[in-house]
Amino acid sequence: MLTYASKRVLIGLVTLLAASIIVFAVLEVVPGDPARLMLGMNATEDAVRALQEQMGFNQPLLTRYFNWLGGLLTGDFGKSYTYSVPVLDLIKERMAVSLPLAMTSLVISTIIAIPVGIFAASRRGSATDTAAMGIAQIGVAIPNFWFALLLVYLFAIVLRLLPAGGFAGWENGFWPSIKSLILPSLALALPQASILARVTRSSLLDVLGEDYIRTARAKGLSRRKVLYYHALRNALIPVLTILGMQFSFLLAGTIIIENVFYLPGLGRLVFQAITQRDLIVVQGVVIMLVAIVVIINLLVDLGYAVVDPRLWSRS
Amino acid sequence: MKRTSSLFTNRSFLIGAVITLIVALTAGLSFIWTPYSVSALDIVAKLKPSSPAHWMGTDHFGRDILSMIMVGSRASIFVALVSVAIGAGIGIPLGLWAAARGGIVDEMLMRFNDLVFAFPALLSAVMITAIFGPGAINAIIAIGIFNIPVFARVARGAALSLWVREFVLAARAIGKSEGRITLDHILPNMANILIIQGTIQFSLGILAEAGLSYVGLGAQPPTPSWGRMLFEAQTMIGLAPHMALFPGLAIVATVLGLNLLGDGLRDVLDPKLRHMR
Amino acid sequence: MNIWKSCLFGAALALLTSTASFAAKTDLVLGIVLEPPHLDPTAGAAAAIDEIVYANIFEGLTRIGPKGDVLPALAESWAQSEDGKTYTFKLHKDVKFQDGTAFDAEDVKFSLERPRSDKSTNAQKGLFAAIDKVEILDPLSVKVTLKQPNGDFLYNMAWGDAVIVAPESADTNKDKPVGTGPFKLDNWAKGSQIVITKNPNYWGTPATLEKATFRIIPDPAAATAALLAGDVQAFPVFPSYETIAQFQADPRFKVVIGSTEGETVMGLNNKKPPFDNPKVRQAIAHAIDRKTVIDGAMFGFGTPIGSFFPPHHAAYLDLTTQTAYDPELAKKLLTEAGHPDGFKTTLKLPPPTYARRGGEIIAAELSEIGIEAEIIPVEWAQWLDQVFKNKDYDMTIVSHTEPNDLNIFSRDDYYFNYDSAPFKELIKQIEATSDGPKRTELYQQAQKLLATDEPAIFLFQLPKTGIWDSKIEGLWENGPIQANDLTAVKWTD
Repeated sequence: MLTYASKRVLIGLVTLLAASIIVFAVLEVVPGDPARLMLGMNATEDAVRALQEQMGFNQPLLTRYFNWLGGLLTGDFGKSYTYSVPVLDLIKERMAVSLPLAMTSLVISTIIAIPVGIFAASRRGSATDTAAMGIAQIGVAIPNFWFALLLVYLFAIVLRLLPAGGFAGWENGFWPSIKSLILPSLALALPQASILARVTRSSLLDVLGEDYIRTARAKGLSRRKVLYYHALRNALIPVLTILGMQFSFLLAGTIIIENVFYLPGLGRLVFQAITQRDLIVVQGVVIMLVAIVVIINLLVDLGYAVVDPRLWSRS
Repeated sequence: MKRTSSLFTNRSFLIGAVITLIVALTAGLSFIWTPYSVSALDIVAKLKPSSPAHWMGTDHFGRDILSMIMVGSRASIFVALVSVAIGAGIGIPLGLWAAARGGIVDEMLMRFNDLVFAFPALLSAVMITAIFGPGAINAIIAIGIFNIPVFARVARGAALSLWVREFVLAARAIGKSEGRITLDHILPNMANILIIQGTIQFSLGILAEAGLSYVGLGAQPPTPSWGRMLFEAQTMIGLAPHMALFPGLAIVATVLGLNLLGDGLRDVLDPKLRHMR
Repeated sequence: MNIWKSCLFGAALALLTSTASFAAKTDLVLGIVLEPPHLDPTAGAAAAIDEIVYANIFEGLTRIGPKGDVLPALAESWAQSEDGKTYTFKLHKDVKFQDGTAFDAEDVKFSLERPRSDKSTNAQKGLFAAIDKVEILDPLSVKVTLKQPNGDFLYNMAWGDAVIVAPESADTNKDKPVGTGPFKLDNWAKGSQIVITKNPNYWGTPATLEKATFRIIPDPAAATAALLAGDVQAFPVFPSYETIAQFQADPRFKVVIGSTEGETVMGLNNKKPPFDNPKVRQAIAHAIDRKTVIDGAMFGFGTPIGSFFPPHHAAYLDLTTQTAYDPELAKKLLTEAGHPDGFKTTLKLPPPTYARRGGEIIAAELSEIGIEAEIIPVEWAQWLDQVFKNKDYDMTIVSHTEPNDLNIFSRDDYYFNYDSAPFKELIKQIEATSDGPKRTELYQQAQKLLATDEPAIFLFQLPKTGIWDSKIEGLWENGPIQANDLTAVKWTD
């Protein structure tokens, strides 16, 4: 188990290192000069050169890479070119929007999907099952940004119940901020809930087909009891895996939704930073998102290993 | 023979096939006929709701939305199809190679997969288009890159399970090379799985293309594309909700059709996986 | 929908009243489209910086008033020498920076010399180019000597890039701006809002508002919704032309369509064939219907222009008829230029709506006379790099929002690649002439020359589309510079 775990951790670290090289290299070749962008159309060449020097662009490539990498390890993500504040502060600020957004949609999708999945599986083949899975099938096909537009039309334009976009800011109170997160998290949650409902249903059906369930039924346990005490517990393992993967997917999914709703989250930050050529911010955010994905995958892998000891020997 | 007959009794497959066929035919039709030209602007007739003359209304430049959707289907299909081809073309050989060789080759492939999967797809697409500029071709590259590990993984997994089967072992015993065995025995026996995966990736590709062109990174004007139409619709949603409604329905219908088709194929061709996903 | 509406009416009412009640009389929430990168107007070109700090946080020797005129600010008066080369500024006394340090002639000397150093990152170094030396006569008077007389000097000193900063705080102004203005920075939640509050120690007439919040709302749909819901009470430059009509019909709001200094043009690469041929440029001008462009891209908001001069200026000449929409004439000119079947070219479009939408319309109009323009959308970073710096483009659309910028057509290395000796001569004369009939005459000659030469296609003047609560007074109607001067803003009852 220990060797397996340490191997997985090592692989995670190598992936992160490779990712850091890729991110750095890719952004190195992005055309456009941040200094010129900041100074605009009337700037003289002198001013642009002076700003480039201030931002440290004339150091050699490798020096800059290792400076950046070394900084990352000590928690110093550098200083944003445009905002001139530490990148880590920006990320923390934006996390206060993205994280609640991803969490809320995860919670919403779980609350909807798991009961629906269980219900559909327990009444397999019934009209409710067909209807629920039909809706889930459509839900998977709906692009979340389009669903967002429909929600905006209904709740912001027609009913004027909720804001169409923007973020009130936590400092302006809890309720206004939550109000600005309701529509985005619904938009993110629907397609996820559809996927999750389908996984829950099929995983439960698989378990219900296993021998020990039949044995339990044969021993005279009620259908309901078997479902809730035996089958569900085992069926939830793949569901939890999907949930873990979905969380990192949701964090990334916030990128597009935050742009629909103009929420000052990580996704908008990285979008803005790319157009403003604030590359140090882009590097920081991307490597952090990658790290989150890697860590979650690692946890899922290790969790699997705990459940399924056969994996230890295979490595 | 039994397979085809059961395909035609499978409800998912039938509905999916019909929808997909309609979408494909509409896209084909758009090359020879659309109700109106999509390049001629008619500002005076802008933002008109549905009417007998314009079934789906007109957009902010007075263009016919039905015609735009018909022509827009080309960009979606083209981008999704080519990126599946890229993914399959590179990913399948990689997966087969890893399965045949094992060892270091296999390990490298798995690490490559880990690396690609570690990047949120949209984020990489944004970075790619920041370098090369937005456009259909770059959308294809961005989506295609993510298809490579998907196909590689599926091909590898399927091939590994085939390599231990008797007929493969037999072929090995008579001295056939790894390459020959892969071509003669492995690949033909995993075609079903690959076709199913292709359908899934195709529908994901349609969604991804819509997302990319929605954020301005896909096909560029004046080429119509569904995602871009939705982007244009966003600021006018209070004035002209029909601009947002119809392109979205087109995306949902196309993706739904492909998903049903994929589910139907899986049910029939690969019963083991019946209720997965 | 009606059933939906009535079902949810109760809940809606509760929510709406809870948002509407927070508009107190001395605070104001304004919507802005772009977030400034930082708050130091002397170290960046972004107009979004001036939109927050100009006249509110920072002040210069002079300032630009609501009508575009030069007014005294930190300099209470000035005297110009006979030869026009020296200005002696008399400064206000008892002025303090917001951090408590005193303001005097040292700060003026520092602020005027800093942009001229090599290390300076001031985006408008040109404003200071005329200065030869700055001398302190006493703590409250400064003498500025110019290299040659400059009719625009006092105007230049009123720009946001020329505000007076203190040596103690100059390096930290990006994040913690310290000026002499009637407001000071309270809090900046990045990506969401910037709050400024009244400066209790202000030297001049104190502001009526206690607190102003600039909320960043880049999305037109969200801007509309925020105004309707009362989350934002004023949008000085409202980004959604398509919904303005809705506000004009609503008595709760005042819709003020004013002027800006933004001449929107389609720039042509004058050295690159076929645009080196004036006939081709004129053909393009005649092929474009400005009214369609304004209707389609701007929903009717914008004034057509026939040359590079703002219509609200006294010396303006309406030259739009000289290049009126006439596809037949355009085709004829194109044939005379040797392109009877048109040609293929590219049109690079930066992000603003006027450019992206306007570009689509123009490309469609050009294809009518056989010119196939491929649209290439670019971000600002790419635009500055490719178009502006390296002149790697055929056609592009951009709004030139700086005031008083007729001279860009005389610059040697400017992106138009336009090189006209007569025009350069005109600009030289204009710069050496102070305001008066002579200058007007020269301005008009310059306009005519551009309208004939068509180094760029002159499309329309950007409007300033302001929408605010009808109980608010004192916001600027026009935009002679991109600023939101809040010093005179108040709520009425």
